[in-house]
Amino acid sequence: MTEATGSRRSVSPTDDSVEQAEVIPIGSRGSRHESEGDVPPPDVDDVLPPPGATGSDRFVLSTEQWRGLFVRAATEVFGEAWEPQLARFLAFLRRRITGDYAVDEFGFDAEITQRFFLSALRPLAERWFRVEVRGIENIPTEGGALVVSNHSGTVPIDGLMTMVSVHDHSGRFLRPLGADLVFRLPVIGAMARKGGATLACQEDAERMLGQGELVGVWPEGFKGVGKPFSHRYKLQRFGRGGFVAAALRTGVPIVPLSVVGAEEIYPLVGNIPSLARLIGVPYIPITPFFPLLGPLGLIPLPSKWLLEFGEPIRTDEYDAGAAEDPMLVFNVTDQVRETIQQTLYSLLMQRESVFR
Amino acid sequence: MASVGRVVLVTGVSRDLGLKFARAAAEHPGVDRVIGVDVVPPRGDIGGVSFVRADIRNPIIAKVIAKEDVDTVVHMSVIATPGSTGGRTTMKELNVIGTMQLLAACQKSPQVRQLVVKSTTTVYGASHRDPAMFTEEMEPRHAARSGYAKDVAEIEGYVRGLARRRPDVSVTVLRCANVIGPEVRSPIADYLRLPLVPTVLGFDPRLQFLHERDLLTAMCHAVATGQPGTFNVAGSGVLPLSQILRRLGRATVPIPGFALGQVGNTLKRFGLGEFSPELRAFLTFGRGVDTTRMRTELGFSPVYSTVAALDDFGADLRPTGGRAERVLGSLEQRLDRAPAFVGGPHSDLPDLSDLPEAPGGARD
Repeated sequence: MTEATGSRRSVSPTDDSVEQAEVIPIGSRGSRHESEGDVPPPDVDDVLPPPGATGSDRFVLSTEQWRGLFVRAATEVFGEAWEPQLARFLAFLRRRITGDYAVDEFGFDAEITQRFFLSALRPLAERWFRVEVRGIENIPTEGGALVVSNHSGTVPIDGLMTMVSVHDHSGRFLRPLGADLVFRLPVIGAMARKGGATLACQEDAERMLGQGELVGVWPEGFKGVGKPFSHRYKLQRFGRGGFVAAALRTGVPIVPLSVVGAEEIYPLVGNIPSLARLIGVPYIPITPFFPLLGPLGLIPLPSKWLLEFGEPIRTDEYDAGAAEDPMLVFNVTDQVRETIQQTLYSLLMQRESVFR
Repeated sequence: MASVGRVVLVTGVSRDLGLKFARAAAEHPGVDRVIGVDVVPPRGDIGGVSFVRADIRNPIIAKVIAKEDVDTVVHMSVIATPGSTGGRTTMKELNVIGTMQLLAACQKSPQVRQLVVKSTTTVYGASHRDPAMFTEEMEPRHAARSGYAKDVAEIEGYVRGLARRRPDVSVTVLRCANVIGPEVRSPIADYLRLPLVPTVLGFDPRLQFLHERDLLTAMCHAVATGQPGTFNVAGSGVLPLSQILRRLGRATVPIPGFALGQVGNTLKRFGLGEFSPELRAFLTFGRGVDTTRMRTELGFSPVYSTVAALDDFGADLRPTGGRAERVLGSLEQRLDRAPAFVGGPHSDLPDLSDLPEAPGGARD
């Protein structure tokens, strides 16, 4: 669509020959277009004023030219079989704007997530961070499971990258559990729910796991994302072990996930706690490039990422009342934490450098 | 409890839902008499209901219960907005003091065997810290400090008190989701009927509905079975507000959350409805309730899902938006009529001659 808009916009220059030259797509994947020569010169009787035309006939384009441009743009966007493609796309758009789709009780919109959110994040995962996934076979192909991961990177991009990687490698949607701050924020909160997230609380975690979903949790929370760069790859406290209790109650396996690379995307070297308190956010990050370079400083550094899913820790072997036993919950929590920490160290040893 | 010849007292019959329930109950074979109580007489056909003009805020209600040998009390007069009754003070008095008087009368009367209270899921509140689906055991994350939600929380407290003091009375509390239907007047129904619907900028709450007819069936079911307990009653499934408004074809205007109160005040001046704090929170964060207990313990399943209830509500609502949909529709028709694309950019496609406008139009 954007390309279509682009070529249409380029029609506005006044000179006819310039405009003809501009709309030829460079490196187009369709065949070369020979139609330029065939387009008849603008005929005064058979013209359509382009949008924004002031009435001067220097701005007018013939119907034929319009059609040629449209067909070219459509071919550019949808390929040679643009017509059925476009029809399908229009049908999809129409279904969306008439509200003819379904979301689950958590507000998860699978269609939008798959078509837009994940597609938008995929280039970031594949090209920018070059995410390498290991041990994907540890994610069960069906049934509930709890993916527990370390958390880092100042901005929780690691969660988004994990969602893309899990979906692309295992075909399952990862349903993240988010902090309540996420759902207080406009736009972000609404998008999080559409993307499959829900509030990180006992009730929702158990409900999702009970429904056989693949749930992702980052027990370090803001302590993990907002830790200074000097503390990188040192796991923070794992909450109160609520995630272990949820897994024990629903009897689903815990899959430890170690993410290497996210720590370096925004090296957090400073914080403004007083301002953070004033706004009501956990921290205001200062990185070597932000706020120094302004919006440019928001570009994450292109570190090389490694995601390793560890062997699942079974919880269905414990008794029914295991979740009420704090000692057991602490032990399992420590086991998960240790596994992730050890895997982080071994991944760091294997990594050639931060950016390669 | 289903003894032959029951005498049912229904409060709040001056309002639409109360009267409809009273009429439905009067036609029930197991029910002998239905006594409708309210401060103002109901408008329209009251069917087999005998109306008694009484204010539940004073002890006269006890005399009515005693004189008529009432054995089943159905409390439906908890109101959500001050509306025509006057200010918030009157509303609170009607809701809380009225309920206290009614419950006191029930406690005194040895004949009363059953109490059914129509409560609401508003009692759970709406905040960013809410779980996705509330079950009956869950408490609101923030206790309501004012308004309807606080009234309902207090009323439920008094009802629990009665259940404790009179264990022989079977007490059923139905926490109903937002009731909609073609004829329903409620804050949310009025909101959805606005020609230009203001939404909270950046938020897309999940809403859950109960169809008017399902509400009446659920109330009748509760009276007939006498299953005690507290139950969430709602249609299955949730809908995001954006999807609701698209399905209804409403034109929308996003407004920052803090300005919504101002918009509400303006609307109130024109008598188009208002945005109470509960409604504002609801339209920001939404709410979903778990209805497992309704299906298993109460043994009731609504006929209408949330989507079906909404579609019925929107059936005779004239769309005010949907321009983009019409543009897309006509575009699709053109594409269908166009000859198959075979000859590359040279092929003759007369129908597509004005299409360059269309992708832009589709995006609004």
